[in-house]
Amino acid sequence: MKADLRKGKVVGVNGNMVAVEFEDNVMQNEVAYINVGDEKLKAEVIRVKGKRTDLQVFEDTVGIKVGDIAEFTGELLSVELGPGLLGKVYDGLQNPLNRLAEKYGFFLKRGAYLDALEEGEEWEFTPTVKIGDKLFAGEKVGTVPEKIFEHRIMVPFKLQGQWEIVEISPKGKYTVDKVVAKIKNEEGRTSDVTMLQKWPVKVPIEAYSKKLKPVDPLVTKIRIIDTLVPVAIGGTFCTPGPFGAGKTVLQHLLSRHAEVDIVIVAACGERAGEVVEILEEFPELIDPKTGKSLMERTIIICNTSSMPVAARESSVYTGATLAEYYRQMGLNVFLLADSTSRWAQAMREMSGRLEEIPGEEAFPAYLESRIASFYERAGLVKLRDGSKGSLTIGGAVSPAGGNFEEPVTQATLKVVGAFHGLSRDRANARKYPSIDPLDSWSKYTSFIESDKVANAVAILRKSQSVGQMMKVVGEEGISNEEFVEFLKGEFFDAVYLQQNAFDKIDEATTSDRQKYMFAIMDEIIEKKFKFTSKDIARRFFQELRQSFITFNTLEFDSDEFKKRESEIRKKLSDA
Amino acid sequence: MQKFYSEILQIAGDVITVEAENVSYKELAEIKTRTGISLAQVIRLEDKKVYLQVFAGSRGVSTNDKVRFLKKPMQVSCSENLLGRIFDGNGSPRDGGPALTDNMFDVGGPSVNPAKRIVPKNMIRTGIPMIDVFNSLVESQKLPIFSIAGEPYNQLLARIAMQAEVDMIILGGMGLKHDDYLFFRDTLEEHGALSRSVLFIHTASDPTVECLLVPDMCLAVAEKFALEGKKVLVLLTDMTNFSDSLKEIAITMEQIPSNRGYPGDLYSQLASRYEKAVDFEDAGSITVLAVTTMPGDDVTHPVPDNTGYITEGQFYLRGGRIEPFGSLSRLKQQVNGDTRSDHRAIMDRMIQLFADYRESIEKKSMGFQMSAWDEKLLKYGKRFENELMSLAVNIPLEEALDLGWKILSDIFDPTETGMKESLIAEYWPKK
Repeated sequence: MKADLRKGKVVGVNGNMVAVEFEDNVMQNEVAYINVGDEKLKAEVIRVKGKRTDLQVFEDTVGIKVGDIAEFTGELLSVELGPGLLGKVYDGLQNPLNRLAEKYGFFLKRGAYLDALEEGEEWEFTPTVKIGDKLFAGEKVGTVPEKIFEHRIMVPFKLQGQWEIVEISPKGKYTVDKVVAKIKNEEGRTSDVTMLQKWPVKVPIEAYSKKLKPVDPLVTKIRIIDTLVPVAIGGTFCTPGPFGAGKTVLQHLLSRHAEVDIVIVAACGERAGEVVEILEEFPELIDPKTGKSLMERTIIICNTSSMPVAARESSVYTGATLAEYYRQMGLNVFLLADSTSRWAQAMREMSGRLEEIPGEEAFPAYLESRIASFYERAGLVKLRDGSKGSLTIGGAVSPAGGNFEEPVTQATLKVVGAFHGLSRDRANARKYPSIDPLDSWSKYTSFIESDKVANAVAILRKSQSVGQMMKVVGEEGISNEEFVEFLKGEFFDAVYLQQNAFDKIDEATTSDRQKYMFAIMDEIIEKKFKFTSKDIARRFFQELRQSFITFNTLEFDSDEFKKRESEIRKKLSDA
Repeated sequence: MQKFYSEILQIAGDVITVEAENVSYKELAEIKTRTGISLAQVIRLEDKKVYLQVFAGSRGVSTNDKVRFLKKPMQVSCSENLLGRIFDGNGSPRDGGPALTDNMFDVGGPSVNPAKRIVPKNMIRTGIPMIDVFNSLVESQKLPIFSIAGEPYNQLLARIAMQAEVDMIILGGMGLKHDDYLFFRDTLEEHGALSRSVLFIHTASDPTVECLLVPDMCLAVAEKFALEGKKVLVLLTDMTNFSDSLKEIAITMEQIPSNRGYPGDLYSQLASRYEKAVDFEDAGSITVLAVTTMPGDDVTHPVPDNTGYITEGQFYLRGGRIEPFGSLSRLKQQVNGDTRSDHRAIMDRMIQLFADYRESIEKKSMGFQMSAWDEKLLKYGKRFENELMSLAVNIPLEEALDLGWKILSDIFDPTETGMKESLIAEYWPKK
């Protein structure tokens, strides 16, 4: 195989783009390696013109010379799928970072690539089919236990039509490259099934029977999201926000608390320090649902801002492909991409080097379609065995200057189901999560009654407009009733919509507790208060807020919680 | 054996083009002009054409000047001999001392494997309450000071550098005014810190291309010392000048600009420098403090905007004080939980009250009647500004926290502060 690699010669270097003159033929998006000294640098074909092709190199291009040899592999940029992915940390090209560190130390050595799945590791395989069974791509031939999940070994996704089992291995321990089943199609062609299969990252896996409409809410335990701007299982949402508005903290909270089976964090072009926090925290944190470490349900794809730019683009696709793979096993998967703007910028850099005609803010014209097709990989699907799996995608967006009118935010808003816009004003006032409750929207439904939510939003809106009015006419210019509405909105915001991410209890609120707390909020919003002066009203709400802030940090249904609740109820009935 | 190329095909801006063979990307070259010898670096290869950016600028370069390729990328010397020395952007001595050639290594090395990084846990105490209390600085943090021209940002930078407990200081000056350069040099000398410092200085009158090299030189040296176990503080001033130099070269190379003329890879360029800040397991660390001047006080300008997305927070310097709104240390949570149990509560609540104070001021300026609550806020805000925000204040963290409680208790009732009851019981000053 290696002997007949097609070759080419480097004829130009411009940043991470290398032009190569080839002899026979090349394929668009195939992987090539450029030989520099004794290093082989991975690259991808992104344009062909006559006998020349432009490659984007996934590494630093220092030292490449005109005349250096490039080898074309004939394979699209792919990832390895099989048991052993959970709990791992990969770069954008699926190199395991921990094993790279063991081998090469502190720095990422250029041209060093390792297999994603550990060689030689054995897995306990249990067949679930017998000879003569007929299957389609994506249907399981057996299972292996991986962490807390039953990992399905499936007929390779690339196979078309129906296949018959002609050989199946008995229960036992096998490595991922061992053939566990042989299958045959109607034309008599045979194929091997191993626990490992490769799949090109930019092609969605569609080995299911149909895509369904996402309806059920995904419980994130963030009150403002679950109540006002919910996300559906299998849906999509985006979180644009200026720097410092708390995007990353919010994404970390989601990755920790969301009620899903598997979380994939794609840290794309962001700070390395933030990934390190996940790496140190997650193994220590216990998932309340399973009682196991959070890392057991997590995969981290990490291509931080100082790592090669071209691999940034592939990191979101790598994340999506791994997520789709686990969806095929009937699991609910949650992909968090932080930040899609960096991925868009990587596209812009490449487009600039290719000297393509630029669109708005120099982003390429295909920006919108690329973003749309990425989010379209989310969805709730019915698998061929009747079970359901889902992939929910949440993307952070980092708009230049915090201005949502820019191309990446706008292209994203067109395709997502929920918009969680972060506001700099709220962040400056330390109101976290800083999701703007009035500007944000969601097309999905919450687990809290919609007319009650509408009521709460109405009071927020009223409160804001009274607040605006007071800026013009002063406190003395508005009635006591209006002032109470202002205070109600502020109160609802302070004790319900805001959440303390650094308090063990307050950082995550279960759906039961949310329903319970929201009922109290609803009572307060509906209640007709009679205050004789604005100062008394302000005082009352200040004290009520004080009680609630402690209330939020007490364990649900504990004695202390109940005691505090009765104090609050007494205060309310006295008012 | 050394081959000279003496046919320069094109001179545009500070970039010259020659035809040559067997040249590698980012390799260094030497060009001999009538004014002297300058270094140059390969920035693009296109068939036989080699594009070089000339460090000393292209003024005076003639089409028949001789170019010689050095078969090595940009390098810097790194040894104890560097300490106390001052260099320019390409590493030549600026202080009249000897040139250093021992222990040379490549600048701009590979990035650190995220799996080898550790979560930073050491606070760097500065004696400035706006930093220590409200936005604690943490070892291995990368943090810019956002400010408009004319603010005392270099003074602030120097003060933090003098008070921070670090083993080494590396100063990178980009487009620095000559008197600012002298200010830094003299300050370091006065405090006896020059002997543990290395300075790479590009002044405003030096060639643009050399400005581009300064951060790489500083960070490469910092990395070497950090690997040897030193706690290194890198000061970079001013990164906006660095970005403007990037812009200049990009435009010369006919790259399509993305935003206000800056190249599309501005984010990646800045990130690859700032991300050198690191805490090495079982070795030293690099902390990066930079200055980013904001043209027109506009934080949405591409340079501060991209910087904000890369760095772990920012300090806004406005009116000679660190502004509480917008200033942020993203790593403060790593350290402020272990200082004192009231640290976080004081930090949050005092800022929230200060925000309310600003609103009251606005109301007052529009001539509205002040409620009793407004009056309290006005009093509070004044004291906050004078006793905590002023850069003249120089007190340790614990004293600053006590002062915070004192200001609160002098003005408010415990319930008005919105503090957790347990903290009030412990810290509310007894009268």
